[in-house]
Amino acid sequence: METIEQIRDRLVARFPAARVELVTNPGPAAEHSLLLDAAHAHDLAVFLRDDPALRLDYCSNVTGVDWPDKEITDVTKTTVPDPAGGQPKIVEQKTTRLQPGCLEVVYHLYSMALKHGPVIIRLRTANRSDQVTLPSLTPVWRACDFQEREVYDLYGIVFSRHPDLRRILMWDEFKDHPMRKDYVEPDDYEWEPTAHGAVAEKHKAHLPPPAATPEAKP
Amino acid sequence: MLGTGILKGLLVTAKNFTGSYHDPKRMVTVEYPEQKTVLPENYRNFPFLVSESADDPMGTLRCVACQICEKECPPQCIIIEKSKDKKPDAAGKQQFYPAIFSIDTSVCMSCQICVEVCPFDSIKMDKVFEIAATDRFQDLLLTRDRLAKSNSYYHQIHPEEAAEVDGRLAAERKIAEEKAKAAAAAKAAAAKPAASVNPASAPAAPAPKTPPPAA
Amino acid sequence: MSCSDQTGLDAELLAFGRQSGPTVRAVHDQFHGDLLEVSMGPQHPSTHGVFRMVATLDGEQIVKLKPVFGYLHRNHEKIAENTTYLGSMPYTDRLDYLCSMTTNWAYALAVEKLSGQAVPDRAQYLRIIMGELTRLVNHSCLVGFLFNDLGTSFTPLLYAFREREKILDLFESLSGSRMMCNYQRFGGCRVDPSPAWLAAARALVDNFPRFLDEYERMLTGNEIMLARTQGVGRLDPAHAVNAGLTGPVLRASGVDYDIRKVDGYGFYPRFDFRVPLGAHGDTYDRYMMRILEMRESVKILQQAFKDLPAGPIMDPKAKIRGFRPKPGEAYGRIEGPKGELGFYLISDGSPNPYRYRVRPPSLINLTLLEEMCLGHTIADSVVILGSIDIVLGEVDR
Repeated sequence: METIEQIRDRLVARFPAARVELVTNPGPAAEHSLLLDAAHAHDLAVFLRDDPALRLDYCSNVTGVDWPDKEITDVTKTTVPDPAGGQPKIVEQKTTRLQPGCLEVVYHLYSMALKHGPVIIRLRTANRSDQVTLPSLTPVWRACDFQEREVYDLYGIVFSRHPDLRRILMWDEFKDHPMRKDYVEPDDYEWEPTAHGAVAEKHKAHLPPPAATPEAKP
Repeated sequence: MLGTGILKGLLVTAKNFTGSYHDPKRMVTVEYPEQKTVLPENYRNFPFLVSESADDPMGTLRCVACQICEKECPPQCIIIEKSKDKKPDAAGKQQFYPAIFSIDTSVCMSCQICVEVCPFDSIKMDKVFEIAATDRFQDLLLTRDRLAKSNSYYHQIHPEEAAEVDGRLAAERKIAEEKAKAAAAAKAAAAKPAASVNPASAPAAPAPKTPPPAA
Repeated sequence: MSCSDQTGLDAELLAFGRQSGPTVRAVHDQFHGDLLEVSMGPQHPSTHGVFRMVATLDGEQIVKLKPVFGYLHRNHEKIAENTTYLGSMPYTDRLDYLCSMTTNWAYALAVEKLSGQAVPDRAQYLRIIMGELTRLVNHSCLVGFLFNDLGTSFTPLLYAFREREKILDLFESLSGSRMMCNYQRFGGCRVDPSPAWLAAARALVDNFPRFLDEYERMLTGNEIMLARTQGVGRLDPAHAVNAGLTGPVLRASGVDYDIRKVDGYGFYPRFDFRVPLGAHGDTYDRYMMRILEMRESVKILQQAFKDLPAGPIMDPKAKIRGFRPKPGEAYGRIEGPKGELGFYLISDGSPNPYRYRVRPPSLINLTLLEEMCLGHTIADSVVILGSIDIVLGEVDR
């Protein structure tokens, strides 16, 4: 099978308007992936499925990932000459910037016809709050049907052109998205009398306030 | 002929049915609780704490309350409170001990990770499964007094494992003893030549340091 | 959505056999009467767990079928984000609770890929032995329960379970627990089997073909079974590939894709075994796939017992506590008894995984349940569901 760089070059050559980036995987597994832009994802996916050299007809796994907003502190060191003529001083300047988070969908593609793979593609939303729509790849690979429903259910990514997008694991009237990093579970579970640690702390809020002790008179 | 498949199948069941009357291998029912199956040695159910002596199980626990098992337990069902004072362990070293050590068996999933990570061989898997309780919460929380069982009990339920643990601990103690003896002998040897030298001539005072340059 | 976009979507979906939206194909007219919507499950003895099928029936024929699940959802993926890598291993036992050894293996494979951990030879052979024994366990369960769904009450089930119990006794004497084995570790296996265990396992494996012969004599030629399973639940191979089906369900339709041969993970390339393929893709083929795969598993096991090398079962450099893989991601997959079982892990250098995903074969094999059941009766839907082989612990996680 071609390397991921060769696939990227062919995709860019075939769809010049599409943005295809290589995302390197730093660990020992070295499974690099391609980040596709949402507008052309469907056409790129059809190309990957039908191209005679790739024939990636089997979408194995669809995963949602939550990347929350991150506060990054940049420390810049500048050398400031001493006006008095002595040693130049090194001044540290700390600036914090907010790297906006996003929701991401990762597709693992294999080929059953040519028995090779994986080719990993990713799609990212613009942000985590209001722009969470991505094109669905279910029309390309029916395998994404239930898995994209699960990503919608647990992460909140809305897949446009999905034939039947509704919750799959949680019940239909459920409101939140449980796999997000900032999900707060509702405080309605049954009291566990042997609770300790974090669960005991949460449970203390439900206990009745301690009875007022009479003050010791001198 | 239509139906030969069904007839062949019925022959198989008939053979098994009549065979069960005279072949003891075909009767696989164990009439519990009058008869009990023999549990294999590696069988595990819930953990228990090993103590050195059967006479004082609570006082001779091997556990030193390092709390590693509490941290590694996946469902977080172990509750440990370290003691404030120290007690000598089997090798004579002063160690902390657990003032509170409870396992919530309604949460424990018998995964045995606490046994794997314990550095002191003090928590092992028990084989008792008939611990049904009528109270849903308190009776299923095994406290230290119900968990502490003696090393001889451990030998009873896991003979090979207990023998291996005892052998390893004895070997480690021997190595530690020999190291201590060697260290004591080296100290005694170092003290001897110093004593033979005239005690009046104390070692020379260190040379005075050069004063720092005037700022 | 614009009108042309909808027709474009419909055309794409129709190419692989799926209609858009919850439309009903039957016709309401005076000859057809009312359609009945029946909810089969979630409490039902034949749905293999808490699984619900909302079937719309025209008389007894199914015109629409929607699977509903999530009743056993424990959010295992979120628990894993709050637990160490090792702490998730006992939870993987409980995903596909019939095949705990292979689920452990898939997870250990993914973590070893993520961290670049090596596995000694003896551990690789032991993993194959445990994996193939688990395949025997799972397929015995399946053929037993399939006949239960066909209505033969419990006799074939207990014949299959008699053999399964012998294998579970082996697992109990090795790892301490019949089903929740917690046996694989990152870098090898937890317990080394004794020579007595190996001898008992070898005797069981050598005896296994006799059980299969007896089972086949009893049931495979049975006319009632043939009438009820042949031609029922046909699965088109192109649709199956596109829908991501894997495992015996896919191979029964004639698609040659077995991850043991394609990826060659572990030491499978050293073993000589064939991959059975079906011709028609119906329930009978799916049943025969399991019987033939059990025979091939016996062959693999016999070779493994013969070639099992001596040596350590765990890489001495592997860490039990304080395991922190480098940042990166990995997808590790195996040919589980039900299909492709994969684990996708993203690590950020901390002791807990950043993202932990289970690719459940049972869930994805359910994608085409409706297509397989349309036109058949409600009694056939039970048999078709039984032949797909689902375990709700894996579907819902």
